[in-house]
Amino acid sequence: MTTSNPAPPPPRRIRISLKDRQFAGLFWQIVVVGITVAIVAWLWSNTVHNLSVRRISTGFAFLGREAGMPIADTWFPYSPKDPYLRAFVVGLANTLRVAVIGIVLATILGTIIGVARLSSNWLLSRLAAVYVEVLRDIPLLLQLLFWYVLMQGLPAARAAWKPIEGVFLSNRGLILPSVPIEAGQLWVIGAAVIGLIAFHVVRKQLTARQLLDGRPRRIWPYALALVIGLPMLTSLALGVSWTITKPELRGFNFVGGLTLAPEYFALLIALVTYTSAFIAEIVRSGIQSVHRGQWDAAMALGLRRGFVLQHIVMPQALRVIIPPMTSQYLNLTKNSSLAVAVGYQDIVSIANTTLNQTGQAIEAIAIIMLVFLTISLGISLFMNWYNARIALVER
Amino acid sequence: MTSVTDAPGTPLPFSRSRSGRTIVGRAIGWLRINLFASISSTIVTLLLLFVLAKAAAGLVQWAFWNAVWSVPGSDTSACRAVHGLGACWAVIPEKLRFILFGTYPFDQQWRPALAMLAFMALFYVSSRRKWWRKELVLVWAAALTLIGLLMWGGIFGMPFVSQDRWGGLPVTLILATFGLALGFPLGIVVALGRRSKLPAIRSLSVLYVELIRGVPLISLLFMASVMFPLFMPDGVNVDKLLRAQVAFVLFAGAYLAEVIRGGLQAVPRGQHDAADALGLSYWKKNGLIILPQAIRHVIPPLVNTFIAFFKDTSLVLIIGIFDLLTTAKTAIIDPAWQSFSVEVYLFVALIYFAFCFAMSRYSARLETQDGPKAR
Repeated sequence: MTTSNPAPPPPRRIRISLKDRQFAGLFWQIVVVGITVAIVAWLWSNTVHNLSVRRISTGFAFLGREAGMPIADTWFPYSPKDPYLRAFVVGLANTLRVAVIGIVLATILGTIIGVARLSSNWLLSRLAAVYVEVLRDIPLLLQLLFWYVLMQGLPAARAAWKPIEGVFLSNRGLILPSVPIEAGQLWVIGAAVIGLIAFHVVRKQLTARQLLDGRPRRIWPYALALVIGLPMLTSLALGVSWTITKPELRGFNFVGGLTLAPEYFALLIALVTYTSAFIAEIVRSGIQSVHRGQWDAAMALGLRRGFVLQHIVMPQALRVIIPPMTSQYLNLTKNSSLAVAVGYQDIVSIANTTLNQTGQAIEAIAIIMLVFLTISLGISLFMNWYNARIALVER
Repeated sequence: MTSVTDAPGTPLPFSRSRSGRTIVGRAIGWLRINLFASISSTIVTLLLLFVLAKAAAGLVQWAFWNAVWSVPGSDTSACRAVHGLGACWAVIPEKLRFILFGTYPFDQQWRPALAMLAFMALFYVSSRRKWWRKELVLVWAAALTLIGLLMWGGIFGMPFVSQDRWGGLPVTLILATFGLALGFPLGIVVALGRRSKLPAIRSLSVLYVELIRGVPLISLLFMASVMFPLFMPDGVNVDKLLRAQVAFVLFAGAYLAEVIRGGLQAVPRGQHDAADALGLSYWKKNGLIILPQAIRHVIPPLVNTFIAFFKDTSLVLIIGIFDLLTTAKTAIIDPAWQSFSVEVYLFVALIYFAFCFAMSRYSARLETQDGPKAR
C-alpha cells in the first residue's frame, strides 16, 4: 500500500489475473463461499435423505405432542401428560434457576476470595491461592460428580443433619423453611421494587443538589420510607400473612418448606465454587491493575483500608474486571448444561431426552443453540450496558 | 488481556519488609508483619489456624489413620468396617489398570503405557524454548504416528486393537493432543479470516467462531454422537471416538482463533506496512512476519486455553467414550467397590491436577520470563 503517494490513484479496471489484488480477493471469496455452500448442501441433502429413510418428519410440530417425560425437580406445575413445548419451558426455567443463582453466589464468593488473595495476612492469602489453584486445575465435571457422590453419602431423611432449626441436610437434598408465595406476596414484592426505583431516583437528585451547593443531604429517611415503608404499608393494607412454613419429617420424606434436590444442590455448589476460582483471579488482577499511587494517596488522607478498597480502588478496578467477568458468566451458564451428568433436568437434558424419544435431532439441537445464543446475547447486552455506565468519565 | 502492574502475589503496599537481625528475630518480625499485624489480622489468623487444625485432624484421620491400604483378594469387608471413618485406598491398586487403560487387552497394556510416555516426551520437547523451530512440526507428526501405531498395532507382531477398546488416560491425551494439534492450524486460518478485508471470508469466520462459542460443548458432542450419522451418506460409518475428535477439533479451532486474533491485534500496523512494502504475498507476509510475532504475544493465554481444553475432554463421559473420567466412574460400578467412589475420584482428580498444574506453572513462568516486557 503506497500511503505516501500524494496523488489519488487513478480509477482502474479489474484485470482478470490472480496477481491483481482486487480480482484475487473476489476470486478467493467466491472459492471459499462456493466450497462452504457445497459442503453445507451435501450435508443437507444427506440429512434429508437419511431422515426420509427413517421416516422422521422435520419441523416443530412435535412440540405440541404429549411429552410423556417425567421431570422430577421443577418449580413449575408439570406432568408427563403435558406437551413437549411445556417440557422445554420447564427445562429452560431449570437452566435459568441454576445459572442466575449461580452467577450471584459465584460473584460474591469469587470477590471475597480475590480480596483475600491480596490480604496482608499471609495465611489468608496463601489459603485463597490454594483454593484458586486446586479448583481451577480439576475438571468441572469431575468436581460435579464428586459433590454428587458426597451428597448421596449424606444420612437418610430420618437421620438428617440439622445445622439450624428448620434447615435439614440429608440425601434428599437441602430443605429450607419457606414462605408460600401467593398473590398478596407478589403485590408486596412489586411495591418493594417500585420503592427501590423511586429511592434510586431520589438519591440521584439529592446527589445532584449536593454537588451544586456542597451541603450534605440526609438520604436515610427516604430509604426508610421508600424501601421499607412502602412494602410494609402494602402488606398491612392487603392484610398479607407472612407465615413461615417449616419443613417437617413425615414418614420417609419432608413436608413443607423449600427443597433443593441433591442434583440441583450438587450442580449449584460445583458451578459456584469452580467459577468463583476464576472470578477471584479476575478480581485480584483488577485490583492490582489500579495504580499504587491511588492507595498511597488515599492512605495519606488517613482513610481506613476497607474504605479505600470500597470507594477508591474498586470503582477503578471494576473497569478492568467487567469484560472478563462477562465471559465467566457466559461460561457458568454454558457449564450448567453438565447437569445431564447427574440427572438434573435442564434444557440440554430435556432436549437430549426429546431427541432420543422422537428422533428430532435437528430441531432439538436448534432449540439448544437458540436458547444459549439468546442467553449469551442477553448477558452480553446487560454487561455492556453496565460497563458503559461505570466506564471512566473524562472531565 | 489485563495489564498487571505488579507481579502476581505481590502484597499490597501494607506489609512492610523490615527484617530483624537474628534468625529468630527475623522470624518474629515476619510473623508480626504477616500474621499479627493488627488486631483484626490476629483474629483472622487465629480463626484460620483453628479451622485448619480441625480440618487437618479430620483429614489425617480419614486419609491415613483409619485408612485401609490393601485388602486380601476382592474381599472389601475391612473397607466396609471403616466406611465413613477412613478411606479405602485399596480400591486404587485394585482398579488402577482399568482406570488408566480401560478395556484395552490386558496383556497388551504396555502399548498404551508406551504411548503415554511418548506423549510426555512430546510435551517436554515442545515446552523447551530452544526447540521451537520448524522441525518441531516433523517431531509432532512422527510422535503422533508412533502413538497411532502403538495403539492400533496390526504390524510388528502387535495384534490389532480397534479403538472401541481404547480407554483411560491415553484416550484423554489423544483427544486433547489431536484436538489441539489440528485445531491450532484451523484457529490460525479462522483468526486471519476474521481480520481479512474480504467481507465474505470475514463473515464466515465470525459466524463459525460465534456459533461454536455460543453453545455449550455438550451440545456439540451430542451433535457429533447423534447428528453426525445423519449428515453422512448411506454406508459411511464413522467411529464414535473419531466423531468426538472432530467435534473437539472444531471446538478448539474456535477458541484458539479468538486467542490468536488477540495476538494479531497486538502486532503494530508498521509491520504490515513494511511487509507490504517488501512486496510479500499475503501468505508470506503472515507466515513470516505477522504470525510469529502474534503467537509470541499470546503464549500465556494459549497455554491457559490448552488447560481449559484438557479439562473439557472429560465431557466425553456424557456421550459414553472411555476417557480417564469415564473409566474411573465405570470402575466403581463393581458392586464390591461401589461405595468407595470418593477415593477413586480423588485419585483421578490428582492426575488431572498434575497435568493442569504443570501447564499453569509453565504459563506463569513464560509470563514472567518471556512476556512482552522482558524483551
